[in-house]
Amino acid sequence: MDFASLARTSGEWLRGAGPESDIVMSSRIRLARNLADFPFISRANAGDRAEIERILRERVMKVHESVDLTYVDVNDLQGIDRQFLVERQLISREHADSEGARGVAIGNNEQVSLMINEEDHLRIQVIHSGFDLSAAWDQINRIDDLVEGQVTYAFSDKLGYLTACPTNVGTGMRVSVMLHLPALVITRQIDKLFRSLQKISLAVRGLYGEGSQAMGDFYQISNQITLGRSEPDLVKQVGDVVPTIIDYERKAREFLIRESQENLHDRVSRAYGILRTAQTISSEETMHLLSSVRMGVNLGLIHDLEIPTVNKLFIYTQPAHLQKLTGGELDSADRNIERARYLRRHLNKEEDGREKN
Amino acid sequence: MKCQRCEKPATFHITELTGGKPQELHLCEQHAREYLTESDAETAAATPSLAGALAHHLAVGQTAEELARLDQQSCPICGITFFEFRNQGRLGCPHDYVCFQKELEPLLVNIHGETVHVGKRPRRSKGNTDSQTELIRMRREMKEAIQREEYEKASKLRDDIRKVEEGK
Repeated sequence: MDFASLARTSGEWLRGAGPESDIVMSSRIRLARNLADFPFISRANAGDRAEIERILRERVMKVHESVDLTYVDVNDLQGIDRQFLVERQLISREHADSEGARGVAIGNNEQVSLMINEEDHLRIQVIHSGFDLSAAWDQINRIDDLVEGQVTYAFSDKLGYLTACPTNVGTGMRVSVMLHLPALVITRQIDKLFRSLQKISLAVRGLYGEGSQAMGDFYQISNQITLGRSEPDLVKQVGDVVPTIIDYERKAREFLIRESQENLHDRVSRAYGILRTAQTISSEETMHLLSSVRMGVNLGLIHDLEIPTVNKLFIYTQPAHLQKLTGGELDSADRNIERARYLRRHLNKEEDGREKN
Repeated sequence: MKCQRCEKPATFHITELTGGKPQELHLCEQHAREYLTESDAETAAATPSLAGALAHHLAVGQTAEELARLDQQSCPICGITFFEFRNQGRLGCPHDYVCFQKELEPLLVNIHGETVHVGKRPRRSKGNTDSQTELIRMRREMKEAIQREEYEKASKLRDDIRKVEEGK
């Protein structure tokens, strides 16, 4: 795969379209699957892993006729390229950091990825832009059928799909919706939301970083339970709660506008100002400010910027993306300078067509 | 062994799997109960709390001897011991769900509230998972035979493996 050209394009799920895309960034479903005739990864030696990778790579790529797939040998990649795939959400951090034979098949404009030798032998993932879970389920269900036509999955009549960790057994399915919730963070309601979601056995975590300190105010809501409920039920369980959260976030935004329009406008404008003029800026500060700008665009406080541009900036200002775009390794100080330059270029040109500064 | 938080004997032995490294805790009944309720409230926010559930399940009403006996049980197919599973939170092969069934069932109830799958089923492969599981055992035994330089045994196993592989 040509990483330099991949670095200039962007995934379908970043296009900022789809239902409720002002608040819902993306809808993601993943399925955990294992081959019946091999030990799980923790008991698989190097030979087993190589064999699993060979078999699954061959069988998965047969699906290529129905789903356009490109295979990447993750074990062969440079660290920076692995990091790039993590930032792009095509592989997990664990998959990037682990060792031995492993790979990923990527397809359909980055909507689909099939990770081989992650925690389970196979992890199928589908990401759609906006709030679009049922389409994501239809797509991943079809891909799972196609792969299953080629291999024998570890499956028990009683327990369903058998997985390395008992938290995934049954459907092996994790349904996640990524939400942008800056107003709930500003109004300090996010912890309350966390607690109420846990009560109905849904997990919440920040996309970047841990717990309520999520960078960029992105939160991922997903099911905890995988056994004893059908896949459509699990899709519904997560899907049912999302409109309520969207509603809370909208109400919090309305509250901020009503009660302190000047403060909110000031916050958004300052964030935009810093991003357009900074000469050196860290990844954390960028995420934090982009979050305010994203909300500002959605609330009509910023007029000369589009949501897909902002969505892209969240991904493209991360370390591996910056280094891919500049074509060389950069230390942290140089990255901060390059990041500021990148932001100035992309945030100023929409006004008069060329870079200011 | 004394409780890590007071002078009473430690009767509860908890392995905490959340966070980076597994952490061993040896506590008396009272402190174990306190620990489990506090960690329950704190870690509820963390990832699906396998560790929490496992610690709960194993700590409640199990003595050190019972736990030690349980820990030594191993899977005849992949060789993983229950102790290893407890330490890393990951099973070794599909057969573990059968051989550790008794221990896993309360854990599954704890995590999922259910023990029976009701979702999707593979269309093609049905009923042949037993022979597939046997393959895992035979391949492992073949590797071990080679390591011990028991080549005759290894070559017989290789033939058996081939038969099963071709039979599917």
